[in-house]
Amino acid sequence: MLLIDCPYCGPRAEIEFAYGGEAHIARPAADVSEEEWEAFLYLRDNTKGVLAERWRHAHGCGRFFNALRDTRTDRFHAFYEIGTPRPDVGDAA
Amino acid sequence: MQKFSAFSLARQAMGRHLGWRPQWRSVVPKPSYDIIIVGGGGHGLGAAYYLAKQHGLCNIAVVERGWLAGGNTARNTTIIRSNYLFEQSSSYYEHALKLWEGLSEELNYNVMFSQRGCLMVAHTVHDVQVFKRHVYANRLNGIDNEWLTPEETKAFCPPLNISPNIRYPVLGAALQRRAGTARHDAVAWGFARAASDLGVDIIENCEVTGIDRDPSGKVTGVQTTRGPIRAGKIGVSAAGHSSVVLAMAGIRLPLQVNPLQALVSEPVKPAFPCVVMSNTIHAYISQSDKGEMVIGAGTDSYVSYTQRGGLHIPAHTLEAICELVPDFRRLRMLRSWGGITDNTPDRSPITAKTSVPGLYVNCGWGTGGFKATPGAANLFAWTIARDEPHPINAPFTIERFRDGTLIDEAAAAAVAH
Repeated sequence: MLLIDCPYCGPRAEIEFAYGGEAHIARPAADVSEEEWEAFLYLRDNTKGVLAERWRHAHGCGRFFNALRDTRTDRFHAFYEIGTPRPDVGDAA
Repeated sequence: MQKFSAFSLARQAMGRHLGWRPQWRSVVPKPSYDIIIVGGGGHGLGAAYYLAKQHGLCNIAVVERGWLAGGNTARNTTIIRSNYLFEQSSSYYEHALKLWEGLSEELNYNVMFSQRGCLMVAHTVHDVQVFKRHVYANRLNGIDNEWLTPEETKAFCPPLNISPNIRYPVLGAALQRRAGTARHDAVAWGFARAASDLGVDIIENCEVTGIDRDPSGKVTGVQTTRGPIRAGKIGVSAAGHSSVVLAMAGIRLPLQVNPLQALVSEPVKPAFPCVVMSNTIHAYISQSDKGEMVIGAGTDSYVSYTQRGGLHIPAHTLEAICELVPDFRRLRMLRSWGGITDNTPDRSPITAKTSVPGLYVNCGWGTGGFKATPGAANLFAWTIARDEPHPINAPFTIERFRDGTLIDEAAAAAVAH
């Protein structure tokens, strides 16, 4: 089970959290092309390496936040608030 | 190829079994092939076999990063069934099931396909309504599926506890009698042996690191850890690594990979006569021919390539199983493991051409690809050979996520399936 460090509540067990998928995907304007709409809805990088992802502390404070986790090792490298830029952790493992 | 039969077994026994030869050729990659299949699991090896057998294309290589069938082919719980809700899916899985029924004979290899029946157990009013809808939809499509009351369910699978007082009571079950299990390794080995005999080169420990294209965009070959190999067409059947391989050609896929875990108990005498699935509690049980209870658990929620997941997922499954099958309470679990499943948003696969000329993909099988092995291989071979999909896999495009023609088995099953 993952140990997830909620920026608001501190480290808690994974079962308190809901996964929110890839982070930093901005909803496009309503008049975009079908390709851009498809990319927003469905296409994902599915990164093998450091992935920026969203978690929600569903059974805690209820708030969304972002995390950087290496999908090759499941090790977390950063936790940061929604709306802040992605920290640089290089090619972590 | 040495043909397997009672006669050949007896003859080899006379020679003290010293005359058996390797089942497929060990090869050094040639500089060029007509077709390269990326991924040496059941789907990839099967595609190579059908390309050679049905389409007469024998200048083919299968390149595999690790060893044959070491990925999801080796990690699934081997359930085979075709009782899917939507016409597009049920005809795809039924195509596979029909091929399963003749596969051992076709390959001269015992894949131990056992049609012992698959019960999909309903625990809630919602389950009952959904499964009855599946039963009716399947029967309209000519696929066997029937509804059983709790007592009939118990008669078909006596170890089940049908007490109304348990946390997840059995309110009935949908039974597909033609469903069952097969031996996962034998499927891959059988295809490898038959393909190798038809001239297909099977190259292990050969990871694809790049896809080469000419100025028009058409594929011209692959870069691998064993050097470059030229090819006219490339078929990617790389399961959990499909996104990684297709990214080498600049293609983003509608896929996310999640760990899916499974476990087996110590081997016991025959005690469990069929496959039992419970979507509500994420439990999938059958007994292997070795005697182990093979148990599939739920999916971990997050993207990961680690081939492992959290212990709370199988623990949840085991809690429910101990109530559903009280005899299993004293069973000890021997091993647990995880695989990385490539899931599409609608939980239906992709077997299609890509936007890159000469590049084809068979992926998105998510948590249920084993049952489709011969069907997917067969139709993927057709798609590569003719540069157009077969009518059965024509709906399973990448473009369906752009034009909205989803095949929404995710909503139909409400869980991994």
